[in-house]
Amino acid sequence: MKIVSLNDLQQIKKKAEALLSLREASDKEAQEQACGLASGTTHMQVLICGGTGCKASSSHLIAENFNKLLQKYEISDKIDVITTGCFGFCEKGPIVKIIPDNTFYTQVTPDDVEEIVSKHIISGNKVERLLYVDPKNGQHVSDSKHMDFYRKQMRIALRNCGTIDPENIEEYIARDGYMALADCLLHKKPMEVIDLIKKSGLRGRGGGGFPTGLKWEFAHKQESDIKYVVCNADEGDPGAFMDRSIMEGDPHSIVEAMTVCGYSIGAPKGLVYIRAEYPLAIQRLRIAIKQAREYGLLGERIFGTDFSFDIEIRYGAGAFVCGEETALIHSMEGKRGEPTLKPPFPAESGYLGKPTNVNNVETFANIPIILTKGPEWFASIGTEKSKGTKVFALAGKINNVGLIEVPMGTTLREVIYDIGGGIKNGKKFKAVQTGGPSGGCLTEKHLDTPIDFDNLLAAGSMMGSGGMIVMDEDDCMVSVARFYLDFTVEESCGKCTPCRIGNKRLLELLNKITEGKATEKDLETLSTLGKVIKDTALCGLGQTSPNPVLSTLDNFYEEYAEHVRDHKCRAKQCKALLTYSINPDLCIGCHLCFKHCPANAIAGDIRKPHSINPDLCIKCGMCMARCKFKAISVC
Amino acid sequence: MEKQVTLQIDHHFITVPEGSTILEAAREIGIDIPTLCHIDLKGTCVKNNPASCRICVVEVEGRRNLAPACATRCTEGMKVHTSTLRVMNARKIVAELILSDHPNECLTCPKSGNCELQTLALRFNIREMPFNGGELSARKRETTSSIIRNMDKCIFCRRCESVCNDVQTVGAIGAIRRGFNTTIAPAFDKMMADSECTYCGQCVAVCPVGALTERDHTNRLLEDLANPQKTVIVQTAPAVRAALGEEFGMPPGTLVTGKMVYALRELGFDYVFDTDFAADLTIMEEGAEILNRLGRYLDGDTSVRLPILTSCCPAWVNFFEHQFPDLLDIPSTARSPQQMFGSVAKHVWAKKTGIPAEQLVVVSIMPCLAKKYECDREEFKPGGIPDVDYSITTRELARLIKRANIGFTLLPDAEFDNPMGASTGAGAIFGATGGVMEAALRTVYETYTGKALQKVDFEQVRGLEGVRHANIDLGGFELKVGIAHGLGNARHLLENVRNGRNEYHVIEIMACPGGCIGGGGQPLHHGNSSILYARANALYREDANKPLRKSHENPYIKELYEECLGKPLSEEAERLLHTHYFNKSIN
Amino acid sequence: MADNLPCNIIEQVQTICDKHGNNPGELINILHEAQHLMGYLPEEMQRVIARKLNIPVSKVYGVVTFYTFFTMTPKGKYPISVCMGTACYVRGSEKLLEEFKRLLGIEVGETTPDGKFSLDCLRCVGACGLAPVVMIGEKVYGRLQPIDVKKILDEFE
Ligand SMILES: Cc1cc2nc3c(=O)[nH]c(=O)nc-3n(C[C@H](O)[C@H](O)[C@H](O)COP(=O)(O)O)c2cc1C
Ligand code: SF4
Ligand code: SF4
Ligand code: SF4
Ligand code: SF4
Ligand code: SF4
Ligand code: SF4
Ligand code: SF4
Ligand code: SF4
Ligand code: FES
Ligand code: FES
Ligand code: FES
Repeated sequence: MKIVSLNDLQQIKKKAEALLSLREASDKEAQEQACGLASGTTHMQVLICGGTGCKASSSHLIAENFNKLLQKYEISDKIDVITTGCFGFCEKGPIVKIIPDNTFYTQVTPDDVEEIVSKHIISGNKVERLLYVDPKNGQHVSDSKHMDFYRKQMRIALRNCGTIDPENIEEYIARDGYMALADCLLHKKPMEVIDLIKKSGLRGRGGGGFPTGLKWEFAHKQESDIKYVVCNADEGDPGAFMDRSIMEGDPHSIVEAMTVCGYSIGAPKGLVYIRAEYPLAIQRLRIAIKQAREYGLLGERIFGTDFSFDIEIRYGAGAFVCGEETALIHSMEGKRGEPTLKPPFPAESGYLGKPTNVNNVETFANIPIILTKGPEWFASIGTEKSKGTKVFALAGKINNVGLIEVPMGTTLREVIYDIGGGIKNGKKFKAVQTGGPSGGCLTEKHLDTPIDFDNLLAAGSMMGSGGMIVMDEDDCMVSVARFYLDFTVEESCGKCTPCRIGNKRLLELLNKITEGKATEKDLETLSTLGKVIKDTALCGLGQTSPNPVLSTLDNFYEEYAEHVRDHKCRAKQCKALLTYSINPDLCIGCHLCFKHCPANAIAGDIRKPHSINPDLCIKCGMCMARCKFKAISVC
Repeated sequence: MEKQVTLQIDHHFITVPEGSTILEAAREIGIDIPTLCHIDLKGTCVKNNPASCRICVVEVEGRRNLAPACATRCTEGMKVHTSTLRVMNARKIVAELILSDHPNECLTCPKSGNCELQTLALRFNIREMPFNGGELSARKRETTSSIIRNMDKCIFCRRCESVCNDVQTVGAIGAIRRGFNTTIAPAFDKMMADSECTYCGQCVAVCPVGALTERDHTNRLLEDLANPQKTVIVQTAPAVRAALGEEFGMPPGTLVTGKMVYALRELGFDYVFDTDFAADLTIMEEGAEILNRLGRYLDGDTSVRLPILTSCCPAWVNFFEHQFPDLLDIPSTARSPQQMFGSVAKHVWAKKTGIPAEQLVVVSIMPCLAKKYECDREEFKPGGIPDVDYSITTRELARLIKRANIGFTLLPDAEFDNPMGASTGAGAIFGATGGVMEAALRTVYETYTGKALQKVDFEQVRGLEGVRHANIDLGGFELKVGIAHGLGNARHLLENVRNGRNEYHVIEIMACPGGCIGGGGQPLHHGNSSILYARANALYREDANKPLRKSHENPYIKELYEECLGKPLSEEAERLLHTHYFNKSIN
Repeated sequence: MADNLPCNIIEQVQTICDKHGNNPGELINILHEAQHLMGYLPEEMQRVIARKLNIPVSKVYGVVTFYTFFTMTPKGKYPISVCMGTACYVRGSEKLLEEFKRLLGIEVGETTPDGKFSLDCLRCVGACGLAPVVMIGEKVYGRLQPIDVKKILDEFE
């Protein structure tokens, strides 16, 4: 059905609200007692995470099994099975949530479905073994609201992820979806919309932190026969997946925001540049665009106004640099994704030489809610210069890997210890890397820094797109720097000298260090060269690529020095500096290591202590992993 | 009036039009910021501004990082520092990085002494290679009949790519791969010889280093000259004399015809002839063809295809053979002057003078790299013996003269040998864009109208505008002519022809920007287009000073037709002076 | 021309180009679809595309070699991709990769001589909770250790 007026939209909203009321109501009063058909609950919902992480653990089979079983028990009419986007708590995925009692089942397998249906849905008893266990007290926690992971979060950009069915536009509408668009088109002039965005203090979430309202204003002021709105969904930062989750879990928010942006700057056309590696996000986005067209929310004369807007999808093809906006534009034009100098900025001369406004997915996801709740509300969250929240992909050596959203100004300590549940296996925290390949490593001393754009920059790192990788004592900081540089060298477009050759030389120096072949002078070169690359590279990639090296050099100089001076890697990661040996007192001669050594480096007769020939050993660590008697050590 | 902005560069204040770059502004006040990737041949479409080498960086107050002067626009009140320690250190390190992926083989490099990278190394006082010892990027080498590609030396400035794609629209070469192993190559990293390359040599003309150079024949030439068994004769193209002096420090546009002839004799050539003579001959044949097609067209013959296109530029011939195989019947069939000369020399003159074919070596001095390839074309090697044995460029000639210790600037003038040294002013202007057209018009006009021209100069067709056109009144009939130089402009005209939107009777095309004066074998212009204007003017001066200025008045040409060819387009003329074209489309 | 394509493939490639209006701006979308036909982009296919879009084939090749998603070599029957995203890296994916290389005897980007496996790296499939992650075909394997690699490969025997 076509929506041509605010009234039409409100009608749909009313109708769809029923679907959601169950989920919303339960949010208000958490139920400790499980609901079940037996105890009189008439209607229940099963939300199953359909995010990439959970799908990788077969969450789609879980959904299938639910449908099968519900049919078998002939209760399909009483229970809705809904596939949602990512709940954020991917570490414990696949997640299944039962509504209305809000039971949050973790690590569910397709085989568990039978039990959930018979025990919980039918009989009203929770399946205890699938509940989350609070690591602090060993207690089962049933409602996600009582989990530390969720308690300190504030979900604005992720407001709909894990709550609605992303493939159903009416569920989005029920959550105030497209209200902002209706209001802008029907009641506001473009410049008024831009003023609201400016007032909210929203800054770009794609890395640079540029004020979004200003950017729109700049594009708005350009005179041109046509302009474009581009959504940057390239998300190249390895280890960041928030944009993906938003598109998978709440694609309509992007469609709506892009349309609002089109109206504000005077663009009739939107393009989403999305990584080809994100098949699920692409599919959900396609469905959303199609639905929006069917409902008349995209296309000609939206809400009966003069404004027309449509969205096309363009695919990336595996080049990190295409996240840089000028490179992205070239890529959309069918060219090699090489950046060009700014100015001219895309707002003056972008796609096909026309004014183009490029924003990140998460930036867009914030737009509709800013407009419905008001800029003052948004501006009241966060710090003085960074308003609102930020989504982070929390990963690495941390207990609760997942997608989190916190108000700007939350400290790293809160994120890592409260939300993240601390370091895995009780190891010692060493560093946290933010900002991906452009960012840096922060240490113990930064733990109480409130996270915002400016503080991270001042601490020698970056907000970046929101990757947050936690490292423990087993991580070698030289190797980590090398890992990032390896990435940059591979992803450099090769256009400018400092990045093409300079980063390669930096990487070679780091390799020398991890191989124990470097000198003190090399450490000096590392730093001078790194600084010149930052100072001279053409685009953001090169201008930030030495950050992982420079920041680790700053914060962990001693560790670099150890590699160089003592040929030692304290984290035992740098192969060339390691020696494996067998302690004859512990070895019982079980011969297992002998059998598994790929290099035939182990000698020894059965039941006699074995030994390793260091000249043959390729340091694969296989023997150590096999030995049941802890007789093998590495130093 | 354009808007002006005022800025401060070092200690100078300067006002420039809005949109100017820092580099342009600095050059205006004599501050020479070093550059490497940037080139802007003003007045032509040759431009490369990727802002990628980062040699030209400067400090701009209020900016976090350094700015590339070549691409950063001046703004009001901007404060620029071009030589702070930070800037000088950065430039030096960037240059050292380039050198760390470069085979430092200056001693044996054809570009040595004329290499922009070498000059920078000198200027930055690079005395050690702090980043050497790392991996070298993987590149290829190749020798074609015209061009030597040694991509190990490529610094990835992409001037060649811009020229080949944007100016020439050939697209034979382009950037491949990414990151450290990015390089410029033909498709599939194959050889240039397997690509659509026209051998126009424009990539060579702009390459700042020794990655793209001409195939050098000077050693071979010295051997031939030293061989008493051989008679070695030479022809010199019109554009050479307007540029050769530059290699000896003479101002651009100095005409050195007489000194050049003297030097060639000194080098030991047995006869020194002039390609201008063959240019006159070309006009006789091409002019006759124009009149023939035009006449039939005006008589209502609908099978006649117009426009007629000139065919004296071998790169252009390559271009249409590759890109417009459906239009092979449109160009004139007249051979280029080089090949006409070779044919007449080997098949007419040699017989007359009794020099056995196997003893005669015909060498040409050309501004051109495509001519090297042209000598190699099978159809110009009847019986396996090439009409022109090989061609050397203006640059090679200069090297040879230096090597032979000939004090070029002090030489007296000498005259060409006869008969093939005599030429008219029409032949001389062949070297500039529009020249062939003007020469043809002089002859066509007089033949068509039967009247003598009042004024032989056709100024309408001169200049460096990419596409020019003129309507010439041939006593009642309006002849519409078009001129294009640079293959991109040529493509534009040809696509119109292909789509039936042609508006011309005759079109002149030269592959190189400016025509042969801007050829791939000329002394390097290093991005200074005033050099091209000076060379063109020199040729028009030569023309103006000639007693005879119309090809059909050349006495030896008349003699040649009387004694051997009969008249233009005769059977013998067709055999010796015309050719045919091949479909070379490879894609 | 190195390899000759079956006529029907050529036709399909041409149809793809037509569908995109033979617009050079659509080159990347066209290459995506064309690669889908055979799993890679042989030389002849790129020539067909260049001809249809009326652009130099060097441009097509320049684009193909710029993006890692495009390949000119056929992949193995079971393409293996080891995630080298940061989350997987810090949880040991490099050692996994080493083990795959060792057991298969091939380097990254290569295919085993029997055409069965090909080995590649990728950056973050978005299942960081399962790090380190390996994809074989469409299937995702999470929380792997080097000692698990042999077992997994044996599944495909
Ligand atoms: C090397 C590089 C990679 C980038 N990758 C991304 C990306 O994957 N996603 C993104 O949204 N922005 C990325 N950016 C930032 C964009 O260039 C651009 O600033 C952003 O899309 C603007 O949107 P915003 O103002 O909403 O942040 C990248 C920048 C650089 C220099
Ligand atoms: S900094 Fe790197 S990615 Fe950016 S233009 Fe230069 S080479 Fe390309
Ligand atoms: S580390 Fe690997 S190579 Fe070395 S002894 Fe152990 S199993 Fe053998
Ligand atoms: S596996 Fe351990 S106990 Fe067994 S032989 Fe090897 S070192 Fe000894
Ligand atoms: S290209 Fe220049 S720097 Fe390189 S070897 Fe030749 S002359 Fe020397
Ligand atoms: S300049 Fe130096 S390296 Fe070159 S020839 Fe002279 S001494 Fe040798
Ligand atoms: S010679 Fe001309 S056509 Fe050939 S590669 Fe160079 S610029 Fe292109
Ligand atoms: S070959 Fe020469 S002109 Fe071309 S990119 Fe390399 S250095 Fe520049
Ligand atoms: S214009 Fe002259 S120099 Fe250039 S390719 Fe043609 S004939 Fe040669
Ligand atoms: S993908 Fe399921 S919780 Fe993140
Ligand atoms: S000359 Fe300016 S960047 Fe190369
Ligand atoms: S880093 Fe491997 S899945 Fe994210």
